[in-house]
Amino acid sequence: MQPFTTLTATAVPLRAENVDTDQIIPARYLTAVTRAGMGEGLFALWRYRPDGSLNPDFVLNDPRFAGAQILVAGRNFGSGSSREHAVWALTEYGFRAVISPGFADIFYNNALKNGLLPITLPEATVSALWDLLEAEPASLIHVDLAAQTVTLPTGEQAAFAIDPYRKHCLLHGLDDLGYLLSKEPEIAAYEARQPLALVHA
Amino acid sequence: MTNNGRPRTLFEKVWDAHVVAQDEGAPAVLYIDTHLIHEVTSPQAFAMLRERGLRVRRPDRTFATMDHAVPTRQVDISLWPADAANQVRTLRENCRDFGITLFDIDGPVQGIVHVVGPELGITQPGTTIVCGDSHTSTHGAFGALAFGIGTSEVGHVLATQCLLQTKPKTFAITVEGELGKGVTAKDIILAIIARNGADGGRGYVFEYRGSTIRGLSMANRMTICNMSIEGGARAGMIAPDETTFAYLKGRPYAPQGADWDRAVAYWRTLATDEGATFDRELFIDATQLQPMVTYGTNPGQGVPITGRIPTVDELEDPAQRRSLVSALEYMGLRQGQPVEGLPVDIVFIGSCTNSRIEDLRQAAQIVRGRRVADGVWAIVVPGSKAVKAQAEAEGLDRIFQEAGFEWRGAGCSMCLAMNEDKAGPGKYVASTSNRNFQGRQGPGARSLLMSPLMAAAAAVHGRVVDVREML
Ligand code: SF4
Repeated sequence: MQPFTTLTATAVPLRAENVDTDQIIPARYLTAVTRAGMGEGLFALWRYRPDGSLNPDFVLNDPRFAGAQILVAGRNFGSGSSREHAVWALTEYGFRAVISPGFADIFYNNALKNGLLPITLPEATVSALWDLLEAEPASLIHVDLAAQTVTLPTGEQAAFAIDPYRKHCLLHGLDDLGYLLSKEPEIAAYEARQPLALVHA
Repeated sequence: MTNNGRPRTLFEKVWDAHVVAQDEGAPAVLYIDTHLIHEVTSPQAFAMLRERGLRVRRPDRTFATMDHAVPTRQVDISLWPADAANQVRTLRENCRDFGITLFDIDGPVQGIVHVVGPELGITQPGTTIVCGDSHTSTHGAFGALAFGIGTSEVGHVLATQCLLQTKPKTFAITVEGELGKGVTAKDIILAIIARNGADGGRGYVFEYRGSTIRGLSMANRMTICNMSIEGGARAGMIAPDETTFAYLKGRPYAPQGADWDRAVAYWRTLATDEGATFDRELFIDATQLQPMVTYGTNPGQGVPITGRIPTVDELEDPAQRRSLVSALEYMGLRQGQPVEGLPVDIVFIGSCTNSRIEDLRQAAQIVRGRRVADGVWAIVVPGSKAVKAQAEAEGLDRIFQEAGFEWRGAGCSMCLAMNEDKAGPGKYVASTSNRNFQGRQGPGARSLLMSPLMAAAAAVHGRVVDVREML
């Protein structure tokens, strides 16, 4: 996993609540057996017109936001399906962080496992950020994971919370698997005393 | 049972029994009893195992189904779209190479993972169950702690039979009273989500309790737990009781003989202790519920059949206003419009929410002797081959077909439109599934979620009607 330490980047305002994972990547892009190629399907129903051409009205297609690495969206981002493809699509497209007043649980976990930082900020901050980015698309946002702060284009700093273990993994690019594999003796001991040995008898 | 005398909830008992290790400052290492996999979210996890030279730790606790991309019309794989066939072949290879039991499309038990697991008795009280699918919450109907995971986590469970998990909070949803005529489990859960919001359960595990819940069949309990994720909760649970045990007894993977008696004795200890407390609570008066219909693009945007779509002015929260405006624009509906009479072009009866035999019996009861309205395309997709066979034994297939419904093979079908069963752009779909997201049932499709009774009534009338007038 790519470590995440600090990031200074432009951001896209996505003024929408309840952006579900079917929106982030529709089911018809899930037929691959690898991770590659998901970026193409990102927000497909909004990004493309029915004939396959780019929809100029969708914010991601606005040339002023080209190259943005931060997505700023409304509450309940990533709800719905557990498809990790949604995170792969965002990262392949070039996003390194998403800011929202709240993330759906499974999406939040999936993001952390792929080096995509989900940042929870208050609704009012997100709303102000939308106004600002729409007015000044070139504004830079600075994220410092170690300090758990976001420096807004106004110079204002906002703090965000993150579980210390998750933070450690992101800063060092570690995934959970190494940690879980190191628990093999405990797992074996648990299985030996498991009360539910009769499952699937 | 108590923990140092402290009363515990059902969730806490199952959680506590599965913590393998808990380091300071780290999430718990949680043991997973049962891992269900399917063709769409597992290939990248197996690829990771191969890259790292790992094996599947407990192939005996891993079960594979094929459902999401599977066509419901013909079974000859040579006629399938190449990518769906490739996913199915990849899953076959992975199951063969790693020694995992696969309920293949050619075999007798194929179907939707959340229908097949319970049917076989794989789903058991007090266990932890995960699957790379958010509707794994369905299995909580048995008093299991069951939740959806991403593909990285599928890899973790394959390799270690464990997951790193932060302990969720508890949320009691108590439903009391007798349901009115024509009001079903689907209406209970749609009403809960309408009241509590599509993200109101975030960070919590729901426990559904109260006299109404106790009176429900296992199929109905599964319908409710299935949509816990639509209310933002990762999981929903119901305490196991005599109804649960009667359902499980004799099923192929259920314990037998003396093991059965020991299992039941343990399962009886799982119910929430008297005096245990929850972090949050919600009360629902079942006697006040009506059949529900969604009008928007998230499952929280639903109202009773006699209700109307809210107006922007009625909503205080700017985010809710924005959601309403964008939902109505997508849906082609007006604020303040009554939901009774909304147009219907397509009817889909199926999905892991409502494709069990009880659901099909209910729909058939409305359809019997009637006709699907002119211009309406209606399909019934049973949840599994077993459901299909049972329905055919009862003659339900004939009732549906005589009325003008198509009778299909088992799978997810138009619930997520990964196979050829798709609704066209702008079409209104009366659907018994769980998600009304934009484009979920086909690009541009407009979903109206409702119960099997209400969907059957909509098929007959070609618009949304109050099914209670047909009973
Ligand atoms: S029926 Fe729908 S919700 Fe259920 S598992 Fe299949 S795709 Fe998911």
